[in-house]
Amino acid sequence: MSHVAHSTNSKPAAEPGVKITTSATIFLLAGLALLVVAPLFFYPIFLMKLLCFALFACAFNLLLGYTGLLSFGHATFFGGAAYFTAHAAKVWGWTPELAVLLGVVGAALLGLVMGFVAIRRQGIYFAMITLALSQMFFFFCLQAGFTQGEDGIQQVPRGYLLGFIDLSVSTNMYYFVLGVFVIGLVIIWRFINSPFGMILKSIRENEARATSLGYSVAHYKLGAFVMSAALAGLAGGVKSLVFQFATLTDVAWQMSGEVILMTLLGGIGTLIGPIFGAGLVVTLQNYLATSDFPVTIITGVVFMVCVLLFRRGIIGEFYASRVGRWLGFEHRH
Amino acid sequence: MTMIFGIPIQAFLGQLLIGLINGSFYALLSLGLAVIFGLLRVINFAHGAQYMLGAFVALLLLQYFGINYWLALIVAPVIVGVLGAIIERTMLSRLYKLDHLYGLLFTFGLALTIEGTFRYLYGAAGQPYSVPSALAGGTNLGFMFLPIYRGWVVVISLIACIGTWLLIEKTKLGSYLRAATENAVLVQAFGVNVPLLLTFTYGFGAALAAFAGVLAAPIYQVSPLMGSNLIIVVFAVVVVGGMGSIMGAIITGYMLGITEGLTKVFYPEASNIVIFVIMAIVLLIRPAGLFGRDA
Repeated sequence: MSHVAHSTNSKPAAEPGVKITTSATIFLLAGLALLVVAPLFFYPIFLMKLLCFALFACAFNLLLGYTGLLSFGHATFFGGAAYFTAHAAKVWGWTPELAVLLGVVGAALLGLVMGFVAIRRQGIYFAMITLALSQMFFFFCLQAGFTQGEDGIQQVPRGYLLGFIDLSVSTNMYYFVLGVFVIGLVIIWRFINSPFGMILKSIRENEARATSLGYSVAHYKLGAFVMSAALAGLAGGVKSLVFQFATLTDVAWQMSGEVILMTLLGGIGTLIGPIFGAGLVVTLQNYLATSDFPVTIITGVVFMVCVLLFRRGIIGEFYASRVGRWLGFEHRH
Repeated sequence: MTMIFGIPIQAFLGQLLIGLINGSFYALLSLGLAVIFGLLRVINFAHGAQYMLGAFVALLLLQYFGINYWLALIVAPVIVGVLGAIIERTMLSRLYKLDHLYGLLFTFGLALTIEGTFRYLYGAAGQPYSVPSALAGGTNLGFMFLPIYRGWVVVISLIACIGTWLLIEKTKLGSYLRAATENAVLVQAFGVNVPLLLTFTYGFGAALAAFAGVLAAPIYQVSPLMGSNLIIVVFAVVVVGGMGSIMGAIITGYMLGITEGLTKVFYPEASNIVIFVIMAIVLLIRPAGLFGRDA
């Protein structure tokens, strides 16, 4: 089973995360500094939305980019966690950090169940199975009582972080989201550079060989699936606090498609690619929200163009370019 | 009133008929998916959009050219089939060398584009397409009332399914197709134009979806989103059946349609998800699918 980002004529960029170069460190610090001062220049809700989706895309990429599994059902974890967090914060009155934690745990459990069924098949089948199971969860959310059906859970209180930081203050909320985002990224970075992550990459490159070396491929895949689901849940839970609602939009298949697009656009299998992909997609959506031109058409066309001409994504192309190589982002082969 | 399992028999048979009709569409669509996948190794995500296109083309042909249902039943699939062939030739064919997932992603983008465009042009609301006069009305079978059009849909889709099966299993063209599925390079070495065969196959699959769309137009409303939810169910059908066999796709389609219909009688809350539940169970017991060969 070859892998989506590693086929004959689409070699992705080498992963700079393994060996952090000087230029990568500089970029990283500059990016972080920008995010810290960003609320001075941009609308905080927009930035928080961006960070949530960026984390969601990174979590998704953990599975597609590093394990070679294309999940078409990640909306389940994102939207499911949004529901759990919203319910815990609103109905049970939990503090935000506990509510988000519940979302993460819930998403991980959903990931365990979906992963257990889906890893029985590979490649295209895996994609179709995750899509079907995710649609099943959608119908569940449509009918279950606690999700409030078509209305969704509205007016979720942001509450007080650790009991004393008022998150209804926009600035506080922003730095909370930024903190969660950074923690999420650090977890992902640690994960893919751990021995576990190395084995995942070997599965992506050659599943049969990984099996023959004695690795229980199914267990590793399931582990990666649960990890990715939990992190997607982290993004979804925080998102429900940012917008103060959780609705069916978050669990619909279009959401799964969106996160695939973000990852593809930014660069499959690059650590920071999905962040840029998410940034572009969210900006585009914000821009088009005021016009009556449907986002779907643009999303669809961008999808087709990316697949046909631009499979490395923005960051992948940058790594492979002359400037990228000069800066030390080596391109494999 | 006659009862069966504590349910009035009319309600039971009524849901059975609805199940049979849904099953007809599942069978036609999963058949097209299986034919395309067999040769191209591409999961055609745009299949739902092509089904919707079939219904829309029939509606537009009627509105602008006064072309009736019977002619549309032939013309609409031809138009959609040709469009499909063009897309295969110009774009999809560039992706065969790559991982199959790219084909899925490409056709996903195609589906979004087509559906988004029609939604932009015609709105999300459904438009009615009237039943052709020759098939209007219904007939009393004694034990239930059968709308003639619905009976027609069941019969004609069964004919289309069996016809496709015969085309693939019993004709010369079908034998090329099966041979190319097994070993495309060898078949090409024997002088068969395999790229043309691929284009034809994709066009044929798209036409089959459009045919189902025209059949569906008088039953469901013609709307830009009529295909997108259906295609996910059809994916589950395909997973259950396994894409190894054409007949398997047909049988699974009808079987799951009927199961879904019966679930509506006995436990309506689960009718939306019963196919997905069956899919999960089949995967746990027999990962290759009921008729699948590859594990």
